[in-house]
Amino acid sequence: MNANGRLSTWAAALVIARRDFAAIILSRSFIFFLLGPLFPVLIGGFAGGIGQRVQASASQPVLGIAMEQKDAAAMLAARDALAPHVGDALPDLVVVKTLRRGEAFNPQATLAARQANASAIVTGTPAAPALTGTAEQIGDWQGPVSMIAAQALGQGPAAYPPVTLAAMATNTAQQRHGQVLTAQAAQLLLFLLTMLLAGMVLSNLVEEKGNKIIEVLAAAIPMDAVFLGKLFAMLAVSFVGIAVWAGAYGLFAIAAGDALPSLPEPAVGWSLFVMLGIAYFSMAYLLIGALFLTIGSMATTVREVQTLSMPVTFVQLVFFFIASFALTAPGTIWEWTAIAVPFSSPFAMLARAAQDPAVWPHVAALAWQGLCIGLLIRIGARLFRKLVMKSGPAGRVSKKRGLLARLRPARA
Amino acid sequence: MAGNASGQVLAPELAIEARGLVKRFDGFTAVDGVDLSVPAGAIYGILGPNGAGKTTTLRMLLGIIEPDGGTRRILGAERPHDVAHAIGYLPEERGLYPAMKAYEAIAFVGALRGLPLAEGRKRGKALLEEHGLGYAADRQIRQLSKGMAQQVQLLGTLVHEPRLVIFDEPFSGLDALNQGKLERMIRALAEKGTTVIFSTHVIAHAERLCDEVAIIAGGKVPFAGPVDVARDRIRPQVRLETRASDGPWRRALPQDARREGNFWLFSLPETGVEPLLRALIEGEAGILSLSIERAGLHDAFVAIAGEAAARALEENEGEEAAR
Repeated sequence: MNANGRLSTWAAALVIARRDFAAIILSRSFIFFLLGPLFPVLIGGFAGGIGQRVQASASQPVLGIAMEQKDAAAMLAARDALAPHVGDALPDLVVVKTLRRGEAFNPQATLAARQANASAIVTGTPAAPALTGTAEQIGDWQGPVSMIAAQALGQGPAAYPPVTLAAMATNTAQQRHGQVLTAQAAQLLLFLLTMLLAGMVLSNLVEEKGNKIIEVLAAAIPMDAVFLGKLFAMLAVSFVGIAVWAGAYGLFAIAAGDALPSLPEPAVGWSLFVMLGIAYFSMAYLLIGALFLTIGSMATTVREVQTLSMPVTFVQLVFFFIASFALTAPGTIWEWTAIAVPFSSPFAMLARAAQDPAVWPHVAALAWQGLCIGLLIRIGARLFRKLVMKSGPAGRVSKKRGLLARLRPARA
Repeated sequence: MAGNASGQVLAPELAIEARGLVKRFDGFTAVDGVDLSVPAGAIYGILGPNGAGKTTTLRMLLGIIEPDGGTRRILGAERPHDVAHAIGYLPEERGLYPAMKAYEAIAFVGALRGLPLAEGRKRGKALLEEHGLGYAADRQIRQLSKGMAQQVQLLGTLVHEPRLVIFDEPFSGLDALNQGKLERMIRALAEKGTTVIFSTHVIAHAERLCDEVAIIAGGKVPFAGPVDVARDRIRPQVRLETRASDGPWRRALPQDARREGNFWLFSLPETGVEPLLRALIEGEAGILSLSIERAGLHDAFVAIAGEAAARALEENEGEEAAR
């Protein structure tokens, strides 16, 4: 509070933020907000797991053997002996038919009739194996079959010397490709979160207008403080949400172990990247949230809000695409445009953090984005006071003529 | 605002001073050069029909909207938000957060005006108790009746003990019982030295409560000042009953005298009552009764704002009564 007893803008914003935060966190809709993103992830993971299992059991290629018993046994033993050294390069073997001496066998007919669960069949003897199957399959298995047959004949290597392993980072091209992947994933996550929360702040304000409390707020504190309070309350709510989602992901990751795919390390390192991610998320949300608040404050009905927020969402999508495109073309006019335009700047800069280790551009970008947020809030608050808070015949006429009429400057 | 030796802020002589306030919306002039001088500690009414510019004027005074022209000083400050902690405001469109408990809602409105939340909660509970609503302190606003919710908002307006309270159409939507309660509350506030301004389209409220009024019509204020001065704009009305129906005494009656039943009705002549009486007695009118009635605020309103504004006011009153 100031010396004269007046609440400062920040203190007033805190009153609004505290109320909004408590109201949202304690509401039932917040539970759905928290659970919302988990459903697609869980369902996707569950469905993916089932699919993988089905695929693994149904279409794992198997090589069939149709030989005399001793030859077939020798081939199976040879495969087992080689497996620890060769690994996945060897196909699984299954005996589709044990032949008597001199018995004829037609592998084409067996494969065509799908009588055996095999993708190809090896016949003959270990000394003269014959491989029948599709051109692709026999091409892949020609070498392994030859190796197994040699082992079955006792002509395999006598010893396998141990190999000393020395892991190293991927080469430059692979590293760059990986960082682009990290950047893309981060951008997408940022965009989805931002749009989800901006929509929530918009509906919060519309609800406020429905409650008719907005005039009480506007009479007591500056509208800038109302806007700031609402934005920061939702930001705090989003941090709670992110903490819950991150916790859930952490538990999932621990349970899944190495099964979860990992992204290549970003250029600035994971710790700084995560910090920048939080900062850019805050900026992206505050920018779009301030824009949505401005729209929401001017609209008198939910329908008006939807009418105007839809094109804004599309424009935001365009900015996201520009930022996505820019990450594949660093240093070009596209990247600079994406960085300069406030609504795409957080996305472009986060992508940059994944690909470029320099830190100072982020300080400058965050300052620029902060400035734009301040301007947007100020413009929004002014428009609100100028266009919304009016009464009497003029106000009624305007309401009938809709929002676009109100956006036209008043004649002096 | 001046300060005394102990650093306390002294109340200015005028709680509100506005000069030439103008507000236009889409080329329509809603408020057109309004001047107001509201003495500190007074009950001040802004009287006019719907659409006259009452709410817009109040919103400009409160800083909710900025005027397109003119100046205003509220409790000595040029920016109303600078003295927000000393102002209470009840808008015409009332509303609170439905999920908030009654005492929390009062505390929240106080917090907006700088009252610490803990103190606001304490005062909120005490105020509810004092006004017979203690049992509803822990109920959510959505669980209260409309009238109770309105009372909760009213208490929120007063929880920080403001020096200036502004009510926009405070009697609108209240039943007669609650209107009476509100009138008593307004008087009690004024007795404590609080300046109370309210807008209304019901003359009776203004006449009963106000020390001063501003009559507003078509965005202009043709009169602002003490209620007595407004009434004095109309000459007192004479109501005369005579035994004789005609005679030389008739020449003493003014030209606007009209007959209603057994009575003659006319404005008191500028020369006063004595020459009239003398002429009536000397002309052997046979005075049965003679009364001089001071004009009411309604007559003053008609005379000051015009017939059209008075008709609109009466229509609004009728609509209000029908609700």
